Amino acid sequence: MQERVKIPKFDVVGTRPVRPDGADKVTGRAKYGADHNVAGQLVGKVLRSPYPHARIKSIDTSAALALTGVKAVVTRDDFKDQSSEFVPAGEMLVNYRDVLRNVMAREKVLFEGHPVAAVAATSEAIARAALRAIKVEYEILPHVIDVVEAMKPDAPIVEDGMITVGVTPPPTKPSNVAKRVEFVLGDVEKGFKEADLVIEREFNTKPVHQGYIEPHACVGSVSEDGTAELWTTTQGHWIARAHCARLLGWDMTKLRVTSSEIGGGFGGKTVVYLEPLALALSAKTHRPVKMAMSREEVFKASGPTSGANVWVKMGVKKDGTITAGEAILKYQAGCFQGSPVQPGCMCAFAPYDLANVKVVGFDVLSNRPKVAAYRAPGGPISEYAVESVVDEIAEKLGMCPIELRLKNAAKEGTKAAYGPKFGPVGMVECLEAAKSSPHWNGPLGKNQGRGIAAGFWFNIGGETTVNLQLNEDGTLTLMAGTPDIGGLRASLAMMAAEELKIPYEKVRPIIGDTSTLGYNFVTGGSRSTFSSGLATVEAARSIIKQACGRAAKLWEIPEDAVTWDNGEIKPAGDNAGKFKPMKLSDIAKVAGKTGGSIVGVGAISAQGAAPSFGVHIADSEVDPDTGKLTITRYTVIQDAGIAIHPAYVEGQFQGGAAQGIGWALNEEYIYGADGKLQNAGFLDYRIPVASDLPMIETIIVEVPNPRHPYGVRGIGETAIVPPMAAINASAARATGVRMFELPLSPPKVLKAMKEAKKA
Amino acid sequence: MRYESPDTLEAAAKLLASESGEARILAGGTDLLVQIRSEVLSPALVVDIKKVAETRTIKEEAGGFRIGAAVTGAELKEHSALKKVWPGLVEAANLIGSTQVQGRASLGGNLCNGSPAADSVPAMIAAGAVASIVGPNGRRDLKVEDIMLAPRKLALQKGEIIASFLLPKRAPHSGDAYLRFIPRTEMDIAVVGCGVSLTLDGSGTCAAARVSLGAVAARPLLVEDAAKALIGSKIDDAALEKMAAAARAACKPIDDKRGTIEFRTDVAGVLAKRTALIALERARKG
Ligand SMILES: Cc1cc2nc3c(=O)[nH]c(=O)nc-3n(C[C@H](O)[C@H](O)[C@H](O)COP(=O)(O)OP(=O)(O)OC[C@H]3O[C@@H](n4cnc5c(N)ncnc54)[C@H](O)[C@@H]3O)c2cc1C
Repeated sequence: MQERVKIPKFDVVGTRPVRPDGADKVTGRAKYGADHNVAGQLVGKVLRSPYPHARIKSIDTSAALALTGVKAVVTRDDFKDQSSEFVPAGEMLVNYRDVLRNVMAREKVLFEGHPVAAVAATSEAIARAALRAIKVEYEILPHVIDVVEAMKPDAPIVEDGMITVGVTPPPTKPSNVAKRVEFVLGDVEKGFKEADLVIEREFNTKPVHQGYIEPHACVGSVSEDGTAELWTTTQGHWIARAHCARLLGWDMTKLRVTSSEIGGGFGGKTVVYLEPLALALSAKTHRPVKMAMSREEVFKASGPTSGANVWVKMGVKKDGTITAGEAILKYQAGCFQGSPVQPGCMCAFAPYDLANVKVVGFDVLSNRPKVAAYRAPGGPISEYAVESVVDEIAEKLGMCPIELRLKNAAKEGTKAAYGPKFGPVGMVECLEAAKSSPHWNGPLGKNQGRGIAAGFWFNIGGETTVNLQLNEDGTLTLMAGTPDIGGLRASLAMMAAEELKIPYEKVRPIIGDTSTLGYNFVTGGSRSTFSSGLATVEAARSIIKQACGRAAKLWEIPEDAVTWDNGEIKPAGDNAGKFKPMKLSDIAKVAGKTGGSIVGVGAISAQGAAPSFGVHIADSEVDPDTGKLTITRYTVIQDAGIAIHPAYVEGQFQGGAAQGIGWALNEEYIYGADGKLQNAGFLDYRIPVASDLPMIETIIVEVPNPRHPYGVRGIGETAIVPPMAAINASAARATGVRMFELPLSPPKVLKAMKEAKKA
Repeated sequence: MRYESPDTLEAAAKLLASESGEARILAGGTDLLVQIRSEVLSPALVVDIKKVAETRTIKEEAGGFRIGAAVTGAELKEHSALKKVWPGLVEAANLIGSTQVQGRASLGGNLCNGSPAADSVPAMIAAGAVASIVGPNGRRDLKVEDIMLAPRKLALQKGEIIASFLLPKRAPHSGDAYLRFIPRTEMDIAVVGCGVSLTLDGSGTCAAARVSLGAVAARPLLVEDAAKALIGSKIDDAALEKMAAAARAACKPIDDKRGTIEFRTDVAGVLAKRTALIALERARKG
């Protein structure tokens, strides 16, 4: 068993300096995806399917091409087909056969908004006219939207000939079920027999969009010699490069991808949509092509995460010991396989130390946009269902929901149902912090209820490169490659400053492009502060080592006779005191004469990522006459490992809670009988506005990750896991009715209250 | 697309009437420009009426107020005399959008956009507002409740422009109010809207009332039975219940992404009561 790391005292880590990207962002100087412009650029636009499911019989682009100002059109014929094979990308797997079809429809259109052609023209108006001039002949096919409907034997088949994987013997008939997965620990039947109380519930959730404020946008520019540049808003430009190079059949080295500032991604920008189209159009015209989605396109053709049907059964003894947990998860994948049902299964019971667990998951296709990762993909859905049942158990046993959770909490040494044994984790510490929090012990008003729920997310490491260069004046330039979405540059500069014992302001962090830095996997899986932090530390230590080497040279003593002592380079051993100690800035001045520039590189595959547990407390108030729920108080408690920059950790906590509140109360994809999305805009897709939210209180719990020099766990995702169950529990107490469906929108809540009154 | 901004309503009416393609009036543009940009509309002619003084001014007339059709929500809010007499109407207009939208959005645009959920319209109907309309054949008056017929369908002829609205003289002990139900707290569209205007006599009995509902039918409704339930009462619980029942009975809503028939009907009654109580409070003070 691993030793708990003692929280050491740091000079920089744990303080709250201003972020290096702050001034440019608040003054509007920062360049986001759509802010990049290149001389001579064309406007690219996408023609999208008006139908949820249809076979493409023909596409006639001749009239569009004949328009003055139209420079190029691309369709399925401009892309070579890809074989079916799964490769990892972000927290999900991708199949290039599907990636290609998602970027540009081939045999069929599979959702309303599916791209069928793209044009490049000299103006937006001409590009729009060109889209209208393209003639597409469709054979309309029956469609299916709902996940339960899609699993029925007579449902329209989204992917012709698809046979479910993970079932023995394999089915003989095609269906919309791409995959069945199963995770088993112990024996649930035995567990249910030991239980004094068994609760079994079915839940339904709707797909929700990541809701990033910045729509997808990029500029692609292909030169006459076949080299190309791409500027795009992305969570991972190496992934964007890999996808584009693959779909276009190019050598990776010919494509240089620069990530812009990013206005939110939440997992939804680990996917390419416009980028291959912009490059393909530019390859035809040798003019830069700029493309940007409208909000309607963002809703119809990017993201969201799955909607799902979840069945949960849990058994518990009178003393609160949970004896078994079982769940069946049916997740919508959208029109291609690859819903986050697997992580959903793995997370479902992860907050608890259970002997008997069984979780079965189904990955189900329907005529919706292919889901993309969304903050802890899969976790919020399954944990909402499980935590809602845990809350009901507490109520039925007459037990405090915190005590019930403490009795069963996962801790160091717990074997998770999905396989591994946990190292030091903070579930118990979060529950204890919740128990003594002002919120948990605070008063409740009329028509108000309080709920609590826990959440878990794995977090990942992965391939990461950081360059640190020592400038002539002793300052440093830090180049990372994981796009900075939530304050990464600040955190990396802080870790470098801490290592090198220099002021934070002396380190200028930037995000490099794919041709200036080694490979970086995406900003996702809450990995960037963890992984790029590790690489930064490695790069900084390399700088220290090189600097000591230079001093040895100057002093003409062996390298191992030089030590680094808290920011000073000193002669050691026999030579101690013989030479005046030098600082990094002294070495920087003479670097050129002692061997050249000093550059530290951290090129790693980061290992040792540690999970983060969180506990949220929500108070909601119901308007008994309209069913409208208002969140009146909210507290996020989460284990950060160690908070490098506490303000940005709090920001992540608050952001996750805000998105979770939207998911719980009003956000949903609404389809008509025609299979078309009815609320493709922020007016009717209701993310919370500022005045909908209370000040979200935060408590940072610090149980350091022993596998990271500064104890970092990764905190970005866990914060979206507990809100739905916490709010559901608070709503149950405020309204007196338990509800099993999200969102808890006023019409549903009012109806449930009326029915309860009748009963 | 041609853009014109004439100085007189007569010139504007002539331009609109003689355009053979689609012609649109531009006030604040917070509906029109959005619809043009999203390609819902692509008019051949846009006639901006904001250079016409009548559309941009608020003045006292016949003991009441004449409000230009293109006066913005922000301007209504800053007019203290108007706000004192018609607080409900001013509040309704100021529920539209955000601070930014308020700087442009007008009563004329809100009504003529032809949405059953328009916030200021039930408030105007409750207030008994009358529109003054200028067209190729001159000027005429029409009550606000008679202007919108169905979604996007108005009782205006080709070339006709709403120049202004007249709010009648107010009797003592009068008050008005407007409430809407939205799932969020702002930046949303009414799932139900309700405007109430009432007058009390010296004894505190309701002498006159008008109740209007929005978003519960194909057009904003003037619900006379709901008003009748109040008139002659002290606006006690029994009268309020009767009014709520009448409001619910008048609803002919649809099931859509914003609410169910059942929900809208229920909430119409709830809002009618709550709105009437605010109007009553104001009437007692006024
Ligand atoms: C972000 C946002 C939020 C919004 N929120 C709300 C809300 O909460 N509640 C709400 O009710 N609305 C809302 N709206 C809609 C809109 O702002 C209002 O309907 C507004 O009152 C329209 O006024 P306008 O002056 O901008 O109209 P315009 O866009 O100029 O015109 C609207 C329509 O009316 C016609 N028209 C305008 N003036 C006249 C006239 N004098 N005579 C004849 N026809 C005329 C125009 O031709 C056009 O068809 C919102 C809009 C936006 C963009």
